[in-house]
Amino acid sequence: MVDTAQHARRAGQLLPLSERPSVRAALIAIAVAFFLSFLLLPLMVVFAEALRYGLAAYWAALSEPEAHAAMRLTLLTALIVVPINTVFGVAAAWAITKFSFTGKNLLITLIDVPFSVSPVIGGMVFVLLFGLQGVFGPWLAQHDIKIIFAVPGVIIATLFVTLPFVARELIPLMQKQGAEHEEAALMLGASGWQTFVRVTLPNIKWGLLYGVLLCNGRAIGEFGAVAVVSGHIIGLTNTMPLHVETLYNDFNFVAAFAVASLLVMMAFATLVLKTVLEARAAWKSPRRQ
Amino acid sequence: MTTGVAARARTIIPGFGLALGVTLTYLGLIILIPLAVLLVKGADAGAAKIWAELSSTRTLAAFRLSFGMAFVAALCNAIFGFLLAWVLVRYQFAGRRLIDAMIDLPFALPTAVAGISLAQLYTVHGWLGAPLAQAGITVAFTPLGVLVALVFVGLPFVVRTVQPVLEELDREVEEAAALLGAPRWHILRRVVIPPLLPAVMTGGTLAFARAIGEYGSVIFIAGNLPGYSEIVPLLIVIKLEQFDYQGATVIASTMLIASFILLLAINLLQAQMRRWQGG
Repeated sequence: MVDTAQHARRAGQLLPLSERPSVRAALIAIAVAFFLSFLLLPLMVVFAEALRYGLAAYWAALSEPEAHAAMRLTLLTALIVVPINTVFGVAAAWAITKFSFTGKNLLITLIDVPFSVSPVIGGMVFVLLFGLQGVFGPWLAQHDIKIIFAVPGVIIATLFVTLPFVARELIPLMQKQGAEHEEAALMLGASGWQTFVRVTLPNIKWGLLYGVLLCNGRAIGEFGAVAVVSGHIIGLTNTMPLHVETLYNDFNFVAAFAVASLLVMMAFATLVLKTVLEARAAWKSPRRQ
Repeated sequence: MTTGVAARARTIIPGFGLALGVTLTYLGLIILIPLAVLLVKGADAGAAKIWAELSSTRTLAAFRLSFGMAFVAALCNAIFGFLLAWVLVRYQFAGRRLIDAMIDLPFALPTAVAGISLAQLYTVHGWLGAPLAQAGITVAFTPLGVLVALVFVGLPFVVRTVQPVLEELDREVEEAAALLGAPRWHILRRVVIPPLLPAVMTGGTLAFARAIGEYGSVIFIAGNLPGYSEIVPLLIVIKLEQFDYQGATVIASTMLIASFILLLAINLLQAQMRRWQGG
């Protein structure tokens, strides 16, 4: 007599519910090989090149005053850009998710525009506005205000490319949450501000942090938009990514990869925090950049 | 969803005017006005100048390279992205969570860093470049280098659009098909893959849209030979550096219009995806 459970198990094995083990193994092998060659090796190269002549050379490269100036400018840019785009993101999500009005979908699409446009164009439009030959060029020159080839240009170009991050994390999240909680708080007598701080903010905090994290990563790492407006003035308008380019083009590979290694660590910290935030928040937003 | 529908009955939630005012003002200043100026200045150049600029051999070669390689890269991303999403969702193996977390690396890594590191990896003395050179394949400083960089930056798009759809997929349908005696390959082709196709298409289009505009990760590995390995975004930068603003504006306006068309296509694809998932 054949045991029924055993019988069922054998039937399950015969049913093609998954690929054959050999096919499985081959697919996993391809995926792992792709991962190694396309994601892991580029990371390892950065550290191998940065440390090619030892820790002392690595440290010396990071102690150059130009490198420090680049770090300061990158930090300054992120410190200005991230709060501005966070406030914008919250305001946009509030307007879009708590109220009904026509043209909402168009507004959501517009917020996404910087993701679909080449970063080079993101920088170039501000050259057309504020450059010497630009729309406001003569007026700015008269008043001795420099935006292009100066720090303000770097900041404005970074504002452009990082504009969508916070908004596009918050919009789907707040859409799902609806407005019932806020309405209840308001009916119980809370003020608008109290409602936002005590009710909305706790509800959206993980999504908000997630957006801020991605916005910060891009603000620190932006290259194309900033390259067009900065003028690559070493020690003045070179951000860290631009400094990497300058050093690399000067064949100063150890220094280029040393500065790059700091950016890799930033990217790594972003990924780790992102994984933590994703685990923390039960929600999963439609991920896209 | 709400377009065209009359506004909901008055809500008690405050701050509509302020929030929408801030949103529209900021969007106008940072995005709308600057992009409008680009398009106006591009059109200002006049038909003859626009035609001369766009039909020059160098510009045409750059467009062919950028769009051609972006298309091939999107295709590679669709295939490998689908495979990665499949393996990550359906199989258990050591290192699965690490790979899953690292898929977003191309989003998080500054493009200039990706650029110099790929260039170093694929030069004839590089870890991957040396063995490839022995096989007679040169990647760095050729159009193939452009392709490698574009595959790198586009990788997460397909994985991240397919993954959630694959996770939600009802496995009972597969089981039913298996019980009815369908061979595995038929089940995949007829039952599993069709609902995933809109996601693959969306991810592929996103990767394509990103690839045509990509700059930082490409310029170091491409070699940037005019007419051979020079991408459109670099051509724009070169024209700006030579103070040929009109030329740069014409090319950039063309790219901007292409981006808008792609954005429209992506929105349509995503709407279709939502319909698939909803029904």
